[in-house]
Amino acid sequence: MSAGWIKSALLSLIFFGVLVGAWHLATLPKGERTAAADEYARLLGKGAKKSEGFPTPAQIGETIVKNLSDPFYDRGPNDKGIGIQLGHSLARVGLGYLLAILLAVPLGFVIGMSPLTYRALDPFIQVLRPVSPLAWMPIALYTIKDSSISGVFVIFICSVWPMLINTAYGVAAVRSDWLNVAKTLEVKPLRRAFQVILPAAAPTILTGMRISMGIAWLVIVAAEMLVGGTGIGYFVWNEWNNLNLANVIFAILTIGVVGMALDLAIGRLQKLVTYVE
Amino acid sequence: MAFLEIQDLKKVYPAPNGKSVTVFEGVNFTVERGEFVCIIGHSGCGKTTILNVLAGLDTASSGVVVMDNREVAGPSLERGVVFQGHALMPWASVMKNIAFAVKSKWPQWNAIQTQTHCQKFIDLVGLTGAEHKKPAELSGGMKQRVGIARAFAIQPKMLLLDEPFGALDALTRGTIQDELLAIVQATHQTVFMITHDVDEAILLADKILLMSNGPRAAIAEIVENTMPRMRTRYDIHHDPQYYRIRNHLVDFLINRSKQVQSGAASRAAQPAAVRPGLAASGDAPARPAANVINLKH
Repeated sequence: MSAGWIKSALLSLIFFGVLVGAWHLATLPKGERTAAADEYARLLGKGAKKSEGFPTPAQIGETIVKNLSDPFYDRGPNDKGIGIQLGHSLARVGLGYLLAILLAVPLGFVIGMSPLTYRALDPFIQVLRPVSPLAWMPIALYTIKDSSISGVFVIFICSVWPMLINTAYGVAAVRSDWLNVAKTLEVKPLRRAFQVILPAAAPTILTGMRISMGIAWLVIVAAEMLVGGTGIGYFVWNEWNNLNLANVIFAILTIGVVGMALDLAIGRLQKLVTYVE
Repeated sequence: MAFLEIQDLKKVYPAPNGKSVTVFEGVNFTVERGEFVCIIGHSGCGKTTILNVLAGLDTASSGVVVMDNREVAGPSLERGVVFQGHALMPWASVMKNIAFAVKSKWPQWNAIQTQTHCQKFIDLVGLTGAEHKKPAELSGGMKQRVGIARAFAIQPKMLLLDEPFGALDALTRGTIQDELLAIVQATHQTVFMITHDVDEAILLADKILLMSNGPRAAIAEIVENTMPRMRTRYDIHHDPQYYRIRNHLVDFLINRSKQVQSGAASRAAQPAAVRPGLAASGDAPARPAANVINLKH
């Protein structure tokens, strides 16, 4: 087990080294900068600060250190630290996601317990589920009239479907044996819901929540690019406008790491409620 | 009036072709308080449906079930059920599975009372030390013991067992049969049990209901077990009655269960009660009865 772990870690390191090495070679400065060329550039007014093309791994390293050494600075609307931007994104995702749980889990319970409600709501779910959450943005902006809350709404609408469908499925698939046990013990409906159906369906519900979180984290970047103001998505777009590719790459890495952390956290939770039959 | 009375029970299921299938009809029998009754019959004769009707989990198409002068309508804590597939909740420990039942029966009890009561029944089925194990960590026999402890723990007026040992190996089955017998004899529990195992029925039951084949199954015969009640797995086969009863049951299952079905129209309302164990000693069957059965299969 541990030997296998070391081997795989070693292989990961090799892959990383190859990737960074190839990147380094590909971004080496091309051609020699002659005095004549410098002169020419100065004449064209470009000499002082010139975009240096795709950033090298070393530059990315510098950017990472620079950004992480002061993550919470705030110098006006277009210049905030990565920590503040991430905080805004996480707050939007957290709020939208929480609202989605509050709606989807109880509603999923009702749908799962009642085949009639399930059939009645199924067409709505089937039509609304495949809609890209960003398509809701104009409606949200028009009705809510607040770009930040519209972002929350978009997260809500994209998180709701996997949770709703998984909760309904999990509740409907609770083994009839366990329900029969509850029946013969004259268990009251509320106690049955919380002590039999909920633990039985919890792994399926958590799977839905995990899928939702993945989608929400994908969508928040696009949503913030669209509405602007704050957030990691806006940061990416802003740095693109600044032509600061090093910051864009840093943001991509950050989004990836935070997304992984969120998934791991829910995965932990999922492990807690999973049972072996 | 008997403790449990089943009168003219009938179950009709709709068939795919728009018609309907009568699984069983005209089912009449009684169970006295403290009696252990087994029901034997081939698959599809509706044994489990009858048990589910008694449990209140299913409803009959017509007929009544009266327990303790009250009609059975829906499930009740007065009837404990041991399910075929043990039906334990896999996310809860042995203790919590049983406590779930105990808290249903006595919601006013505090945690210590509940736990003491649960522990008593865990000890009773020989699971001391496994209180905090999850069902997945238990063997099939242990799981079924938990199921039995859960049913006994609510101290029901009647215990319903749906082929509880069907999935167990012969050795485990024997041990749990002994334990069940000991508990039932100690508590004078009234039991209704489905089984496919003739020997199990003879060991455990005071009265064995023989069902004819479905559809339109009915109780063809009631075999009274005339052997002394204090019997065990070790001495039962030394009793001359044992083979007479066994042959009677096997003969019914192999030959007569079909004939009874084909002559369904002429059935009597009340099945005949027979005592094959008390047959004249002169025609005691030869010992290798089991071999004869094997040849016929």
